[in-house]
Amino acid sequence: MLRLDRRPQPSRLWTLLTPPLAVLVTMIVGGALFAALGKDPVVAIETIFWEPLFGEFAFYYRPQLLVKAAPLILIAIGLSLGFRAGIWNIGAEGQYIIGALCGAGVALAAYPSESWLIFPGMVLAGALGGWAWAMIPAVLKVRFGTNEILVSLMLVYVAEQLLASMALGPMRNPEGMGFPGSRNLQQYAPAHNAELIAGTGMHWGVAAALIAVIFSYVLLNRHILGYHIRLTGEAPRAARFAGVRPGRLILFCLGASGALAGLAGMFEVAGPAGQVTIDFNVGYGFTAIIVAFLGRLHPVGILLAGLLLALTYIGGELAQSNMQLPAAAVQLFQGMLLFFLLAVDVLVHFRLRWRRAEAA
Amino acid sequence: MTFTRLLTGAALALGMATTAIAEDKTKVGFIYVGPIGDGGYTYEHNQGRLAVEEHFGDKVETVYQESVPEGADAERAITQMALQGADLIFTTSFGFMDATVNTAKKFPKVKFEHATGYKRADNLSTYSARFYEGRSVLGVIAGHMTKTNKIGYIGSYPIPEVIRGINAAYIEAKKVNPDVEFNIIWAYTWFDPAKEADAATALIEQGNDVILQHTDSTAPSAAAKAKGDVITFGQASDMAEYKPEPRVSSIIDNWGPYYIERVQAVMDGTWESTDTWAGIDDGMVVIGEITGPVPDDVKQEALAMRDAIASGEYHPFTGPLNKQDGSEWLKEGETADDATLLGMNFYVEGIKGDIPQ
Repeated sequence: MLRLDRRPQPSRLWTLLTPPLAVLVTMIVGGALFAALGKDPVVAIETIFWEPLFGEFAFYYRPQLLVKAAPLILIAIGLSLGFRAGIWNIGAEGQYIIGALCGAGVALAAYPSESWLIFPGMVLAGALGGWAWAMIPAVLKVRFGTNEILVSLMLVYVAEQLLASMALGPMRNPEGMGFPGSRNLQQYAPAHNAELIAGTGMHWGVAAALIAVIFSYVLLNRHILGYHIRLTGEAPRAARFAGVRPGRLILFCLGASGALAGLAGMFEVAGPAGQVTIDFNVGYGFTAIIVAFLGRLHPVGILLAGLLLALTYIGGELAQSNMQLPAAAVQLFQGMLLFFLLAVDVLVHFRLRWRRAEAA
Repeated sequence: MTFTRLLTGAALALGMATTAIAEDKTKVGFIYVGPIGDGGYTYEHNQGRLAVEEHFGDKVETVYQESVPEGADAERAITQMALQGADLIFTTSFGFMDATVNTAKKFPKVKFEHATGYKRADNLSTYSARFYEGRSVLGVIAGHMTKTNKIGYIGSYPIPEVIRGINAAYIEAKKVNPDVEFNIIWAYTWFDPAKEADAATALIEQGNDVILQHTDSTAPSAAAKAKGDVITFGQASDMAEYKPEPRVSSIIDNWGPYYIERVQAVMDGTWESTDTWAGIDDGMVVIGEITGPVPDDVKQEALAMRDAIASGEYHPFTGPLNKQDGSEWLKEGETADDATLLGMNFYVEGIKGDIPQ
């Protein structure tokens, strides 16, 4: 019979191999699902993974991949810092919303000024907004020992209500005939997070995501703070002896992830989304959790995972509109990815062995 | 700039490619905000799509994408359809407005139709139904049927379309039952069965025995059925599975004839940018069968209201009417103009509570 033996050390090889394996298993099971729906599984998988990259209209989808991946990567990088230290910020979605509101707030307050200071001001406000929203669970945890998972998650719903009231009230477009939603920042040049090079999808958010990847890499590998983060996650007791102050670490990790999520929201509202609307947030803050784990909490891994998830989004939409696959099937497909990743994780910590039943 | 040109180029190339095959097939795309199985709003748009397929047979090819988020993702979904060679694209929710406008700029050869919006272009039409006419009819039934004199109303978003519906229903309910009171809950969603069920349950527990809804799922009817002694109305679709009660009537959006007409216009090359706002008389708004506990005299009164609106004899917003703050809106015999209705952001006198600002 099949038995599991705990490995003395997590396998480095399997740590690297399990994400691609999870993708492969997802493709197989997902393919079976599509087949059960009466669609050709090979064509469906090809549409999702191949078409956006090398298909007829790749010139349009490749830039879109960056647009979709940028917020995911930016948020996931921030989350990974905390996750490594065992600090669980589940409320990035809320910090993303607040970042967007603060960023857009600066732009809308300045309208119709043409000052070049507006965009830098929005960036600053976006990061600060996300940081401040994340400070609520951080301070509560440090001061009163509350659970940051619950507090940060609940604050997402508070942020959503705030977003709705902003879109209907103070930020509503005065020229919008009474309809909810702010002015469109795409039509307000000083605040528009436009493409840096037309046709590439590269906007400031993409640049910021790449910078965040590099910074996070340096921080984790070359800086004492990164060492403390890793140590706290791997050996909390040893970390205390090494002089790590848990309170400061909590404030730093939640603050950094909040600021990055806020930045992501700000770049999104000033660029691809354009408007503060009631439905502005589409779940990047939650999807980024998948990205962080799929990328093994490693900066380069997150970069790749973000692009992969963006690919499943765009390819999934393509499969919907070309093959009339139901939206729910595509969402299920994405959910499977995390599910199988967690499932195959068993190989990192355990060895599979064949044993005769008589051994029992 | 180059990007736009690139896209336009691609669109032109495709435009030519499709006109080459256009003799046999016109490609029509639909962008839906909810799932086609919502049993309400999106379901009815999809029925319209199926009507197009049935009417034109091999001459059309239809594609759709469901559950498209309103916002940044919508533009990609619409662009995708245009790239894939659609000749005509219907975007069926208000929140797709700016995305449709942007895409229409990039693909001047493709025709676009946006439901319930107000921005138009040479290749972008808008269309909507006068749902409020149906609300007036339901208001008559609701006013007669409530025993507690409390009517619950589940609103989606506080936008003019929804506020218009609340006002229209209230005006008629109040006429037949001066003691009637409206309790409004905003769900901030078009389609979320869990939220809608919560809202309905809360309203029922507060003593509302008639529930009107401007959200798209059948969840409120399911909640009413579970509680008993509460009546509901189908929204956007007949919601016939809850006949004869709790659902006692419905407003049905009937998009098929309009979609067929517009596809025909594209085929004939006579398509022009238009602004359509059709009601009961055009058959775009249909009142579903009045069933169950509704007594015959109430039914006849409701049907008479429907016919009076259809014939133009009666306008749902006829003075004297005051705004909520008591100021005069319409004088005796005066009727509201469309511009005011389209931007309606106030309650009529008698409705309690504030529109979220």
